[in-house]
Amino acid sequence: MMQRTLRITSYVAILLVLLFVLMTLLVNLTPLGENRWLRIFFSVSALNFTLRASVPLILGALCGILCERTGIVNIGIEGMMLAGAFAAFVAKTSTNDWPLTASLIFGVLVALLVGGLMGLLHATFAIRYRMDQIISGTVLIILAGGISAYLFDRDAVAQGKFGAIAIPGLSQIPVLGEVLFTNPPLTYLALLLVVVIHVGLFSTRWGLRSRACGEHPRAADTVGINVNRLRYMNTVLGGMLAGLAGGFLVLEAVGQFQEGMTAGRGFIALAAMIFGNWMPFGAMSAALLFGYTQALQNELLLAGVTSVPRQFVSMIPYLVTIIAVCGFVGRVRPPAAEGQVYEQESGSE
Amino acid sequence: MSNSATPVLEARNITKLFPGVVANEDIHLTLQKGEILALLGENGAGKSTLMHIIFGLYRPTRGEIWVNGAPVVMKNPRTALQLGIGMVHQHFQLVPVMSVTDNVMLGDERVKGGFLDRDAVAARIRELSQKYGLEVDPDALIEDLPLGVRQRVEILKALYRNAQILILDEPTAVLTPQEAEGLFAVMETLRRQGESIIFITHKLKEVLRIADRIMVLRGGRVVGHADPQTTTQQQLAAMMVGREVLLTVDKGPADPGEPVLELDGLRVASDLGTPALRGVSLQVRAGEILGVAGVQGNGQTELVEAITGLRRVEGGRVVMNGTDMTNASPRRITHEGRSSHVPEDRHAYGMVDVYSIADNLVLNQYYRAPFASGITIQTEPIAEHARALVDTFDVRTPDIAMHAGGLSGGNQQKMVVAREFSRPIRLLIAAQPTRGIDVGSIEFIHQQIVAKRDEGVAVLLVSAELDEIMALSDRIAVIYKGEIIGIVNRADATREGLGLLMAGVRPGSHE
Amino acid sequence: MNRSALRRTGQLLLVPILAVCSALLVGAAIMWLFGDNPVAAYYGLWEGAFGSPRAWSTTIRKMTPLMLTGLSVAIAFKAGLFNIGASGQFIMGTVCSVAVGVNFAGLPSVVHLPLALLAGVAGGLFWGAIPGLLKVFTGAHEVIVTIMLNYIASLFAAWTVYAGGTQGQTPGPLWDSTAGAISRTPEVFVSARLPWIVAEPYRVHWGVVIALLVALLSWWIIFKTTLGFSLRTVGTNAKAARYAGMHVHGITILTMMVAGGLAGLAGAIETLGLNHRFAPEFTGGVGFDGITVALLGQTHPLGVILSAFLLGALDAGSARMQFSSGVSVDIIQVIQALVLAFVAAPMIIRQLYRIRKPSDQAESTLFSSRWGRS
Repeated sequence: MMQRTLRITSYVAILLVLLFVLMTLLVNLTPLGENRWLRIFFSVSALNFTLRASVPLILGALCGILCERTGIVNIGIEGMMLAGAFAAFVAKTSTNDWPLTASLIFGVLVALLVGGLMGLLHATFAIRYRMDQIISGTVLIILAGGISAYLFDRDAVAQGKFGAIAIPGLSQIPVLGEVLFTNPPLTYLALLLVVVIHVGLFSTRWGLRSRACGEHPRAADTVGINVNRLRYMNTVLGGMLAGLAGGFLVLEAVGQFQEGMTAGRGFIALAAMIFGNWMPFGAMSAALLFGYTQALQNELLLAGVTSVPRQFVSMIPYLVTIIAVCGFVGRVRPPAAEGQVYEQESGSE
Repeated sequence: MSNSATPVLEARNITKLFPGVVANEDIHLTLQKGEILALLGENGAGKSTLMHIIFGLYRPTRGEIWVNGAPVVMKNPRTALQLGIGMVHQHFQLVPVMSVTDNVMLGDERVKGGFLDRDAVAARIRELSQKYGLEVDPDALIEDLPLGVRQRVEILKALYRNAQILILDEPTAVLTPQEAEGLFAVMETLRRQGESIIFITHKLKEVLRIADRIMVLRGGRVVGHADPQTTTQQQLAAMMVGREVLLTVDKGPADPGEPVLELDGLRVASDLGTPALRGVSLQVRAGEILGVAGVQGNGQTELVEAITGLRRVEGGRVVMNGTDMTNASPRRITHEGRSSHVPEDRHAYGMVDVYSIADNLVLNQYYRAPFASGITIQTEPIAEHARALVDTFDVRTPDIAMHAGGLSGGNQQKMVVAREFSRPIRLLIAAQPTRGIDVGSIEFIHQQIVAKRDEGVAVLLVSAELDEIMALSDRIAVIYKGEIIGIVNRADATREGLGLLMAGVRPGSHE
Repeated sequence: MNRSALRRTGQLLLVPILAVCSALLVGAAIMWLFGDNPVAAYYGLWEGAFGSPRAWSTTIRKMTPLMLTGLSVAIAFKAGLFNIGASGQFIMGTVCSVAVGVNFAGLPSVVHLPLALLAGVAGGLFWGAIPGLLKVFTGAHEVIVTIMLNYIASLFAAWTVYAGGTQGQTPGPLWDSTAGAISRTPEVFVSARLPWIVAEPYRVHWGVVIALLVALLSWWIIFKTTLGFSLRTVGTNAKAARYAGMHVHGITILTMMVAGGLAGLAGAIETLGLNHRFAPEFTGGVGFDGITVALLGQTHPLGVILSAFLLGALDAGSARMQFSSGVSVDIIQVIQALVLAFVAAPMIIRQLYRIRKPSDQAESTLFSSRWGRS
């Protein structure tokens, strides 16, 4: 019965997406585009903004998927992301005199490293010290906020950020080319990672073992899999993805660092993960949806719509997140063993 | 089987200490090729600990393991698997949301070009299924399979890894008598093919039926060896428990009165939304014990939860003492229905581990006088109550303020029983009342249940242990796939007849 | 108190005390690592928190809201809920109390003040009820919902005091029209203000007494009443609670409402006692403090009093610390995170200081962290 509901939901979703694509083409290629409201909803700039707003959410959600699929609950994505952003900023500002690309890539690497370290910290708290995983996540959030504020040099300026790379040929396609194939590198990377992680989770040895650890760690243990080692590894990998999301914010989206600049994206990413049923493509779809609400908010402000106070417009992404979490939690199925400490009986530690 | 051959497995002087407990003491075990060794002992005798040591899940404090004549260090299950030791755990170690193929290859995957080679594994599973008569669909999801089939998957998992030694931990607990026969047939096939098997159980009949040799454990030590050809159940029982045991419960004939609990066409959904009960109707009368037999997972849990108000009833009626109690709150069912409930999972439902024994003993009465006055909790009456019950029900504890999680399993269960049996009740619902506890506690609880019946209480007993059902019940209802497939008087019931019902074979049908 | 009770209390306090010490040490190491002088910093911190009567008054002032938000989080913990939304509830409490405080001119203080306080409680209560209701009826995890509600509350509060825009946007309903382009409310009427216990320059108001009374009341409810018994049972084993006939859903909703109400009260007291008005920047500072306070206090109401005092002192001393030693106040947040880490994982402390775990204490996780329905 549940599967049937899911199937119907996905038909409806496909239908809506097709409708959306059709409207987008119409608005951007025909005189329909004269209408202000239609432009708010379907213009190329709205779609570009959607993608840009979605990238950190996608990466954050992938981080959540990696951790939770092996059984580690991670509400600290927000903190990992912030730490990654700050690290990227520090790396970028201290290499401003390098060639731009080298300096940016260095920033990405440092963001990955620091994100990975945050993941290691989370895993250590959760596995070695058996800290409640939600509290451990909270520690990461406060810690990242504190450290980044404490060390933030408010006079530092990062010079330059990643620019768009048009993919030859594909970028010439009207509308689609502009939206999908004229993006900066980390955006492509994020989309690629969705595919990689999906395939990895469901068709490789690593994925099979990881999922077994999240569903039934003892079953994995009894066939000789080192549950906690995999959990460490995946949490570190997840942290790297969240760090990358932070790097994206500084090195590709904004170009600078601000205190608390993640502004809840880590939490929305978490909701995207739940909404997407712990599946990479599901999470990406949810992230795009959330990204779209942020784009709408932006377009409404740009279009000077004042009939609704801007504070209420800004609430949209958060409200949509709540609605999504409420409507879907009953229907999705989290990894059965997430959040539970696994006392490995075979003495590998 | 001559004893001159090198044993395939030998455990020498195994001792395992846990904080405060000697789980295994100086145990010596040998297993020959092509032999079925039965390891007999009651709960807590140290059988599982020993097997976990052999399988590499625990490290022994002292002692050695030899495989095929050479000493080995079992670092973890991986070592054991590599040495050809496979284990079918009592609680199946299968991932419910994954397919049979994925579960079988987990930890020993076949990979082609970096990706899992599911087809090759599925082919291997089909091959093994045929060879050993273990039929299973490689593409099925574990959660869709009945327990008997899941067990086959577990055995296949071991065979896929070319196990030469198979440890079966209480394998018949989830099977009907006929399915158990099927399993024995598989074990005989395996023995013919040269596999060696360690068969862990506490069921005497099965040991005598299948084992080549019997080793009995008690209190972590080997207390004896026996030859199934020349031993009786009585002798084995005495060895296992250390004293003469009553294999039957002493009870007189029932004198049933008017119905106390009436179920009429009860329909209930499982956690996954699938139908768990499909129109269950039965009556339990005052002064009788109605046993519900059946293979685990046929709706017993949901039946008890529906009666006690823990699960929504979607159709049909629950009537207690003539009053409709369908979908009443658990509290109303307890007090207005004058009922008690010994839940099947005492850790999840029956007690709060971190609470004191005293608090646990008032868990469902804490708000009533004398335990509360107005809205304030009254500590002294609660303690007094606890002292009295601990005494009457033989809960062995140094202190009623001790947290209940620190008690032994048997004492925890006696605590739950004390709480539930000490109220003036008309209906008792006991689900798996003796699961996982020692024989002494089992005997005590059985006596208490019969005593309640003799007081005129209507008892609904749900148990996966057919022997328990047979020993206590006055009438026996068999549940199969959410339906009561038959109700028989105890006098007319046979293991074989019940076994057929448990397997879903209706009387008179020609299947 | 007999000797064994004394020892138990000692054991209970040991880990939190060592956690704070360790956090201060690690904090010092971080400062030293980045070229700050930890000795000067901690001296400034001490001076600012306890060095003078004024420092003491600041500490007391700072601990008041922390006590209430700490209680808010602690009570939720007791029922197995993670209220990460105290800051949103605080804001809603603030806004509601201000709304009453700036209206109803001429009401006598005995009516106006309680009314304004109650409005604050109601605002927080309402904001806490939402995640409670959503958890019970849809299964949505309170962590995500409360976090989102924090953002929504900030935006809502910002709207109420919004000064209007250059493009002719309507100003918010609570905006102080005399403030020009500044977004803030007018001051609340004197009749709605909490009186001073010690007036200027010490500025200690009656809020601290209210908070202490509320803490004692919480202790009594949690440990001495039937409601508290069921609340704790729901928190430790919800299935057993259901089995025992407790109303798990009702208690979940009620607890979230109470938790919200407490945080709302904190907001009301902070406003009616101290700030006397609301401006968006006042919402900062609550954040996740309540979580640290609650866990440092071992989720025990009396422990919360102590931990609020301690974190209040940290907060109070931080300004002086930055002024006298040049170390940024942000280091305090780092120290708080470390405190939280050390109390939430007592194993770290036990390993560091080689303390054995008291054998009669069952160390249980506070709540199960899963997103789905339980």
